[in-house]
Amino acid sequence: MFYREAGQFKTSYAKDLQAFPILQDKIGIIIWAVIAVLVIPLIGIPGLGYDFAMKAIILPTLIFTITALGLNILVGFAGQISLGTGAFMGVGAYACLKLTTYFPDVSILIHFVLSGFIAAAVGMFFGLPSLRIKGFYLVVATLGAQFFLEWAFGRVAWLYNFADSGAIEVPTRTLFGVPITGASADVVAQYFVVLAFLVIMTWVASNIIRGHIGRSWMMIRDMDIAAELIGVRPMWTKLSAFAVSSFYCGVSGALMVFIWLGAAEVESFDINHSFLYLFMVIIGGLGSIIGSYMGAAFIWIFPIILKEIGKGLGYNATLMENISLVAIGVMIVIILIKEPHGLARLWQISKQKLRLWPFPH
Amino acid sequence: MYDVFIDPFVQMYSLPDFFIQVLWEGFVSGVLYSLIALGFVLIFKASGVFNFAQGIMVVFAALSMVGLYELGVPGWLSVIFALGIMYALAFSVERWIMRPLVGQEDIILFMATIGLTFMLIGGGQAIFGGEPKAMITSEIGLPSGDYVWEPGGGIVIFQKLDIAATVIAGLLIAGLAFFFSYTKIGRALRAVADDHQAAVSVGIGLNQIWVVVWFAAGIVALVTGIMWGAKSDVSFALQIVALKALPVLVLGGFTSIPGAIVGGLIIGIGEKLFEIYWGGLIGGGTESWFAFIIALVFLLFRPQGLFGDKIIERV
Repeated sequence: MFYREAGQFKTSYAKDLQAFPILQDKIGIIIWAVIAVLVIPLIGIPGLGYDFAMKAIILPTLIFTITALGLNILVGFAGQISLGTGAFMGVGAYACLKLTTYFPDVSILIHFVLSGFIAAAVGMFFGLPSLRIKGFYLVVATLGAQFFLEWAFGRVAWLYNFADSGAIEVPTRTLFGVPITGASADVVAQYFVVLAFLVIMTWVASNIIRGHIGRSWMMIRDMDIAAELIGVRPMWTKLSAFAVSSFYCGVSGALMVFIWLGAAEVESFDINHSFLYLFMVIIGGLGSIIGSYMGAAFIWIFPIILKEIGKGLGYNATLMENISLVAIGVMIVIILIKEPHGLARLWQISKQKLRLWPFPH
Repeated sequence: MYDVFIDPFVQMYSLPDFFIQVLWEGFVSGVLYSLIALGFVLIFKASGVFNFAQGIMVVFAALSMVGLYELGVPGWLSVIFALGIMYALAFSVERWIMRPLVGQEDIILFMATIGLTFMLIGGGQAIFGGEPKAMITSEIGLPSGDYVWEPGGGIVIFQKLDIAATVIAGLLIAGLAFFFSYTKIGRALRAVADDHQAAVSVGIGLNQIWVVVWFAAGIVALVTGIMWGAKSDVSFALQIVALKALPVLVLGGFTSIPGAIVGGLIIGIGEKLFEIYWGGLIGGGTESWFAFIIALVFLLFRPQGLFGDKIIERV
């Protein structure tokens, strides 16, 4: 009743191609923008402590959304399954640390972007086997990347600046005089940095996907031989998917360590995290931008909610953690059986329903 | 250059007993990799499902056995109960995961098994606790101690347990081979592996076959878990180590049982040799990735593996 496009005419090509063609969607986006820019920085999440809401929920969710976007480009749009996401994020984090050590005067924002490019180069290198193999074989190849990089992070002391702890220790860096990394960082400034990265990267991703690169990814995904026959170059297409995806993972890895964690050991990039990112993409919806948002939020927030419920009921934390593992596993299977396109598809269906509501047809 | 290309071989030549010891240890871990890979191959052949959960099934089987023993069940009975649990697992996986997903793309099924992995990790930790447990060896009749062999002044130690593991693995493989070749269900399994539709059309029930094959993989998992648990202990870290069965499969070919065995031995021996003789040059701890990198290189030249069927694609 309220969500319908009746009477909204598209009278030019530009209007036909807009990202949000329906008035109600535009209103929705504006509401989200107001929430993101005003409500969250001022009061956090209503009903929760401000620091807890920012540090434990909002920052990680936004950062993991970037990761999920990147992985979704690779798995959902280009059809190349990867279990090396955690390691590629690690590449971004360690690259950022080295860059900011050697060039402390250059803005950290530039380093975030540059470390994304370094991760992209590494990702392309480990994507090379995808030219000959696919499916499960590629899983093995990306696992190789995961374990090899994990090993390198732990063993090559140069990477973590020879710190005694063997961990990344984040130095303090400022933006316009406000510290955004390190112990004294200002959480609101951090939030806006992450939000800016997320918005820009979402915008870039949605445009890449609409363009010819994105279309060739999807052609390779749907049937690579047929795509090759009609003139899509598999090498260029697959490697570009690995590059873009690893760029996103690299940036989010750098953000994760520098802005959210503040210090990180190898365990922050291990294979269990790679699984988690894959789950975000599966639950959110393969091949969907909005799905990356939903999946990241769901996978990150759901265990926190469970933990809080458990705390309220007096169960111990490890038990609740295990229960949330089981619940996530069950949910993966249910989603794969009932709705292989994930939460994004559910959102679409409910929009369709809203269009007709309150009438059945 | 000398360190990489000459020195390791000089060391091998000058200390032959140590070299044999390394080979033997590599061989034993290779046998275990082969066993895990065998579990993968069984399921992959019969249902085309790449069962990512095989590694955690190893841990889960061993844990339920030790857990039952700690509850006061006698050793031999806990083995039987653990088998029962693996059967229940096979049955419910078939009923609740495989059957609803019939006909889906391979990659969807693969992701479903990752979901299963998480269920088993969470469930296992909730029931048995997350800390490592010692495997019961003497209670279920496994030998301890070692044989010492002294060829020409050197010394090589063979753990009795390792020998037992090798023998049991051999028996298990022989038993499976017999089961596949000479029993009615075994023949049905091979028919399903060959062609699902043709098998269904001659009256073979796919559902029942899948339960059998997941149960067979469960038995293999239990045996692997016992052996591996006896060598170190039963912990969830084994699940990550078990992922090394994947490069083994790549080497041997996804559909080949001999391939799984040969691939396991190559990986097991190769990674030990590399770690001992070359690992020190680059900081050690290379066992975590050596197998994967070998598989990666191998994939570039022979994607179907040593013994696998040639991959043919049609549009």
